[in-house]
Amino acid sequence: MGNKQTIFTDEQLDAYQDCTFFTRKEILRLHGRYHELAPHLVPMDYTNDPDVKVPLALIVNMPELKENPFRNRIVESFSEDGQGNLSFNDFVDMFSVLSEMAPRELKAIYAFKIYDFNVDNYICKEDLEKTLNRLTKEELTPEEVNLVCEKAIEEADLDGDNKLSFADFENMISRAPDFLSTFHIRI
Amino acid sequence: MDGRVSFDADPVIDFESPADEDGVHDSFSQLIQEQCHDLHDVIEMTPLDLEEDSRDDVECLEADSDAPQQTDHLIGERWSSDTLKVLSSMPSRTIGRSRGAIISQYCNRTMQLRRRRQSRPSIQHFPRSARPSIRGYGVETDAAGFEEEENKRDRLVNNLQNLSDSDRVRMLRAMPLSLSEKKELRMLVLNKAEHSVSQNQIPCCSQLKYYIIIALRHGWYGWLSFLSSLQLWQTALKCVGGRFGTGVLSYFIFLRTLLFFNVFLFLVTGLLLVVPQAITHPDQDQNITVRSSWGLEVLTGAGYFSHSLLYYGYYNNQTLQTGHSCSASGNGTSCSSGLSYNMPLVYFFTIGAAFFITCIILVYSMSKSFGQSFRIDKSKGLLAIKVFSSWDFKVIKKSSVRLQRANIGTQLKELVAEVNRQEQKFPVLQRLFRLFIHMLAWIMCLGSTLACVLAVYYFSEHMHGDLRNRTQAASSDPLLKEASLLAVPVVVSSINLLLPGFFNVVAWMEKYDSPSMLNYISISRNLLLKVSVLGVLCYHWLGRVATDPQSLGLECWESFVGQELYRFLLMDFIFMLLDTFFGEFLWRVFSQKALKRKRKPVFDIARNVLELIYGQTLAWLGVLFSPLLPAVQIIKLLFLFYMKKVSLKMNCQASGKPWRACQMTTIFITLLCFPAFLGATVCVTYTMWSITPSAGCGPFRGLKNMFQAGKRWVHRLAAVNPDLHWLASAHSYLVENPLFLFLCAGIFLIMIYFHSQVVDGQRKIIELLQEQIENEGEDKKFLITRLQHIHERKRRVTPRPVKGASEVHTHTLSHTHTHTHAHTLSHAHTHTHTHTHTHTHSHTHTHTHTHTHTHTLSHTHTHTHTHTLSHTHTHTHTHTHSLTHTHTHTHTHTHTHTHTHTHTHTHTLSHTHTHTLTHTHTHTHTHTHTHTHTLTHTHTHTHTHTHTHT
Repeated sequence: MGNKQTIFTDEQLDAYQDCTFFTRKEILRLHGRYHELAPHLVPMDYTNDPDVKVPLALIVNMPELKENPFRNRIVESFSEDGQGNLSFNDFVDMFSVLSEMAPRELKAIYAFKIYDFNVDNYICKEDLEKTLNRLTKEELTPEEVNLVCEKAIEEADLDGDNKLSFADFENMISRAPDFLSTFHIRI
Repeated sequence: MDGRVSFDADPVIDFESPADEDGVHDSFSQLIQEQCHDLHDVIEMTPLDLEEDSRDDVECLEADSDAPQQTDHLIGERWSSDTLKVLSSMPSRTIGRSRGAIISQYCNRTMQLRRRRQSRPSIQHFPRSARPSIRGYGVETDAAGFEEEENKRDRLVNNLQNLSDSDRVRMLRAMPLSLSEKKELRMLVLNKAEHSVSQNQIPCCSQLKYYIIIALRHGWYGWLSFLSSLQLWQTALKCVGGRFGTGVLSYFIFLRTLLFFNVFLFLVTGLLLVVPQAITHPDQDQNITVRSSWGLEVLTGAGYFSHSLLYYGYYNNQTLQTGHSCSASGNGTSCSSGLSYNMPLVYFFTIGAAFFITCIILVYSMSKSFGQSFRIDKSKGLLAIKVFSSWDFKVIKKSSVRLQRANIGTQLKELVAEVNRQEQKFPVLQRLFRLFIHMLAWIMCLGSTLACVLAVYYFSEHMHGDLRNRTQAASSDPLLKEASLLAVPVVVSSINLLLPGFFNVVAWMEKYDSPSMLNYISISRNLLLKVSVLGVLCYHWLGRVATDPQSLGLECWESFVGQELYRFLLMDFIFMLLDTFFGEFLWRVFSQKALKRKRKPVFDIARNVLELIYGQTLAWLGVLFSPLLPAVQIIKLLFLFYMKKVSLKMNCQASGKPWRACQMTTIFITLLCFPAFLGATVCVTYTMWSITPSAGCGPFRGLKNMFQAGKRWVHRLAAVNPDLHWLASAHSYLVENPLFLFLCAGIFLIMIYFHSQVVDGQRKIIELLQEQIENEGEDKKFLITRLQHIHERKRRVTPRPVKGASEVHTHTLSHTHTHTHAHTLSHAHTHTHTHTHTHTHSHTHTHTHTHTHTHTLSHTHTHTHTHTLSHTHTHTHTHTHSLTHTHTHTHTHTHTHTHTHTHTHTHTLSHTHTHTLTHTHTHTHTHTHTHTHTLTHTHTHTHTHTHTHT
């Protein structure tokens, strides 16, 4: 805390603290991790907000994400351009939402985005199939996948349009006790 | 730190409390209302004319052009714009949306706008099948969009500004916006605040206030980061969670929780009892010369330790004074000057308060954990929940990821099988057999538990007698005497180690189908064993030792019991070490080397947690007799953490069993609270209330029971200050009278009962409401379809001047078609005649219908005319076809119209076969597009089929 911070100004750190669930120490650590990803791209000095973006391929290789079946979707959901390139802001944002301090509502919004593969604001059967294939990887037969998809949609769909809107999703998540602890990445 | 099992309630973390929600809700309800209002604006502003429908059609076309990519779009019916309007203004579509969804919608829009700014505007970026209530946004132009965006942001900034500082930060953090957006908002809010402040020409004191606030905030952040750096074992827990998943992690978090409990106990007893006692001079006359043979003493806790701060006997009953050296022993001498420190009183109240606070923390965390894990309704949605919330994002090790996949796969399979299975019935014989097996298993377990309990009972009695003999003989080897003290702890610990293994074998024999059932069964059996053994031991200490300390030659039985507890705690630890070494390490080596198994043994969470609970019960029991026992427990837990971590990494693999971590954590906390803590409390209160403390040592010497310390103090207080006389009588009535305690307990139980009843009732109501929601959904669907039907029919009935005609047109024409087909082949001219003819004939339409038909006849006429003009050229037909495609939706109707004409065409011309074939081709093509619209179209279709056949 007492050391000299050359990476961010005090102002910037305050802003980060106000907008995320991280303390300044953690922000600095996050910057370190971000810098590690692409040392030649990311400058050490962030006082003048450089416009740097790290491509998806590099971020996905972080040990925290490497084995995650939804890694591409996670990164894409948080990137501002939708292509998976993350600026440092997006990067902090991502881990802030995935931190354990983030409230359920916020987590649910991003979880919905992650599971919405075709970005149509609905989780339809197609999305569910993709999710299931990522979750299980050849554990289930196609018929079983199909059945699970149908049943899951039937269970969670409240307004009967055969796909899950955010309201449906949120309603379902609010009944999932483990969601808060599982939708959480320690950094 | 995992929120569920951590007990430090950080106010910043608590976002979910409804009260908290209320505070911020008001300012945002406005925003929500505005959003809703915007929707209405969109709806109301659109006039009911051609434009509206053409817009509708644009969207339809857009959807149609994407048809190959997006197949599910055709699943839903296509609603008319009026139906959509009704849909979007339905209250359930607007009110139910939370503020998060609205802000996220705002965010989506800004993002879209930004992207559009970057790239060419392309139609694909709009949410194609966005829900009707958001649809209106899709057609805004860029400029309007930006303006709108700016407005929204201003509103958001204003809203944020109206909040208090902490609320604002909380809001800002919880907003689903991108970070740069948030920073911008924050800057705006701050600037605005500064601006308004400077505008108001603030006096210097508020400037000062401003600086103070900033300084305080800095301090708060510093404190927060300090706290976060204090979080124990952060990286270690991350590592464990990453490799073994939430289940094993819950064990370690539980361990850490226990550590915090003990640190709390240690701090309380240390600060209030041990330190004051240590700094004042103890009565030296008690200090008997002791041999210090350090080997056994560490194990037995006797010898050198028996006259140390570790045990009850060391503490004196004096009132420690600053200034005066006025020793007030138990005979009622009062000292009214200086700062007095009444040791018996402090001892009594420290233990009492420590237990009370622990109880509150436990109950609080238990209720919190209950609230999180057992939601009131769990009627349905299991499968969906499993799909969306079962993946543990923490897990980062490859093999564990694979295991988790397999795990989720099997769970899903089980669930699907459950959904599919219609109460699979075993034959009676098999069921009887299974019942018999279960009975047998329970008998075996209960029998072995009973045998163990009896063994402990008789063995402790035997050892008791043995000790008595030795003290009376006073000739035997003191070393042997000390060693014999260890016999009972060793026996008990080995029982604790071996019997769970036996239980596991029995459970394996039983072959439970559901793993969770297996978990519960094994937990309950282990718990039964531990509780009954502890019960026997408590009887041994409080019933045998405490009532007759003279026979053992004990000057201070409390210290003896404290020693016993120390021994048990230590033995438990040693056996855990052995278990870790032999049970995990050697077994792993053996199974891998000798049995050539690839799999490592699985970490048994339930058993390990129960062992922790057992140890903690001992520590709680012992606090009264040995105030420093929590310190021993702390050291033990610290060791255990690192040992288990290393052993886990070396020897174990993640469990393949499904582990409902949240529920299990709840159960562990409940077990920690209910049998463990409650049992310890009962024992301690029993000791305090009704057992005579030993006369020669300890803070309570000379009293009838420990409880008298408080009573005496109250009386003394009343004697000094007569005004406080009521306190003494109140004390004697309230605390000494058992009736009052019973009354309290009774009221408490009744309250619990009522609460459980209320929860039960709520559960029922929720079930009913859910059913109602389902029904409402059905109703809504039904009503919407009805509405759609009515609307369509109305469209046919009301003659709309511009475009309504074209639609009705198609209808009549298709009918004409049937008839032209049947009757007239060559007469394109006699169309009008066939029209009226068919309608009176084949369809039971009302009179108004025929009227409209006559109205449309003129249309038909012109149309046929144009067609007869072009009928020589089939090329022109295809031309109109393509035109309708690119055009708006209403034209597709006319498109079918041209088709029916072409059909009559072919008939009159009696063309070659190739010609008709191409025609039918185009026809089926249009069919796919207009498929969902009206019934009449399909009618046409079938007809053309028969037509081509001819």
